[in-house]
Amino acid sequence: MSDAFVSLADVTLSYGQTVAVPDLNLEIREGELIALLGPSGCGKTTSMRAIAGLLTPVSGKIVIDGVDVTRTPANKRGIGLVFQSYALFPHLNAFENVAFGLRLKKLPNAEIRQRTEVGMATVGLTGFETRKPAEMSGGQQQRLALARSLVMEPKVLLLDEPLSNLDARLRLEMRNELQRVQKDTGITMVFVTHDQSEALALADRIVLMKDGKIEQLGTPAELYAEPRTTFAADFMGFENIFRVEGGTLVSEQGRLSLGFDAQERVLAWRPGGVVVGQGSHTGRVIASSFAGQYRSYVLDCALGQIKADVPIETPEVPIGEEVAFDLPKATARPLAT
Amino acid sequence: MPRFAIWTILGLTLTFLIGPFLIVILAGASAGESLAFPPQGLSLKWYAKVFTVESFRASFALSLFLAVFGTLAALALGIPAAYALHRYDLLGAETIRTIVAAPIIVPGIIVGLALLRYFVVPLDVTITMALFVTHTALVMPYAVRVVSSSLNNLRADMEEAAVILGCTRLQAFTKVVLPNIRGGILAAFILGFIASFNEVPASLFLSGPGVRTLPIDMLSYMEITFDPSVAALSALLAFMSIAIVFIAERLLGFSRYV
Repeated sequence: MSDAFVSLADVTLSYGQTVAVPDLNLEIREGELIALLGPSGCGKTTSMRAIAGLLTPVSGKIVIDGVDVTRTPANKRGIGLVFQSYALFPHLNAFENVAFGLRLKKLPNAEIRQRTEVGMATVGLTGFETRKPAEMSGGQQQRLALARSLVMEPKVLLLDEPLSNLDARLRLEMRNELQRVQKDTGITMVFVTHDQSEALALADRIVLMKDGKIEQLGTPAELYAEPRTTFAADFMGFENIFRVEGGTLVSEQGRLSLGFDAQERVLAWRPGGVVVGQGSHTGRVIASSFAGQYRSYVLDCALGQIKADVPIETPEVPIGEEVAFDLPKATARPLAT
Repeated sequence: MPRFAIWTILGLTLTFLIGPFLIVILAGASAGESLAFPPQGLSLKWYAKVFTVESFRASFALSLFLAVFGTLAALALGIPAAYALHRYDLLGAETIRTIVAAPIIVPGIIVGLALLRYFVVPLDVTITMALFVTHTALVMPYAVRVVSSSLNNLRADMEEAAVILGCTRLQAFTKVVLPNIRGGILAAFILGFIASFNEVPASLFLSGPGVRTLPIDMLSYMEITFDPSVAALSALLAFMSIAIVFIAERLLGFSRYV
């Protein structure tokens, strides 16, 4: 039917009586890096656990590499999973942690040794073999957990919030590391994250989820430029979102007439899409902060608050002053709901 | 608080904690014929005599048997119980916890009497069997509590990680859970061993001709013979307990678990 390597068809997942994910349909191509993105409770982790086999669907079908694995237990699926907390085995040293799954397969010792060494080298942990996980830094533990999954040569590698426990510098390093490993091994990866910048930076395609359903699915570029709903737009950094009635923007605070004709129901602007210093509307600056390339303003106007990022070259407007601004048609993103 | 008061409190506390122990050691090292303090001269003859008393040897063997196998049985039941209480959202888990802890809350004398009246007599159970069952039950709370607390330190996703890597649920338990609660199990064993070995009230009711645990045997020995050998034996037992705890502390940082 399609070139899907992993496919979830009408998969319903629940915890007891509570349905967490109703009728999920998702197709993942071989070698793809997919991000399941969304706020906590959106069902992204639940969906990942279903692919791993840690959660059996109430109904629906999960197919991996042409095999129906809906009822296959987690230990027979050939899936890798890197846990958010890494879930390393504290009583084993780094080498034995990585070798754990290979030993279960009862492979010859020489092969276990060789594959474990390769695995540890892949993540740059050669020389750490005899360390216990507790004696390693967070970044090293993360890479150890990655190596432990990779040596099993899983069909799909799942990663649960892989970067959330790392500090900013390590996060960037690990991000590059994940991309490199994915490129080198060609492995299909699915990672769960609540951080849209992480998803945008890493993924080939992003699955944006809300309340157990897919809100929008697309490449980072598509999601970034063309969010379809208020939820997606909000997640992608469109901080100014207003309903449209006739030619007027409407918010709970008030109304503001647009300078152009609009048929859409909702319009959204990024802070960078708002023009400050000219235009037909006026607002008062209530907050102003320096952000390197630009200055971020919060303007108080008839609609309530508007966020605007203005190039640093333009003259600064002091807090408390009235300033002209515009919500131009060119930077407006129409939304369905 | 003035320095004087602090030292007084410390001194009194130590006196009451260690004093009786020192008295017992010295009373046992008496050269005289009756149990007295201060001792009438010093000698080790009563320490030597302890080993020649036939009934002490038999009751020591029984107590040792109960302490080792009663505790092992309690662990065999207690580890799965602790695991189940920890891992599954059981109906009435709190009730189960309370029931499991009951043997340390209910006075031993009541436990002993009840067992004698409603277990040993009507069912015609041998005294040794009854003692074994009793000691197992009395040690259970330690097994469940101590193992539970070390399970709490274990992250749940570790077992899932093991399963993802190919383990069955049972393998995940034996290869990942057990090795990581080993310290807690050993701690529970030592606590249980000492609790069982020193148990008096319940065992008091469960003794018959030739079948007595060591503490009970010492009591009845004292009723007939009032010589310093009981003090000597007490001192030896105290040294044994101290040695066990000391070794355990050295090997696995016992105090973390208690």
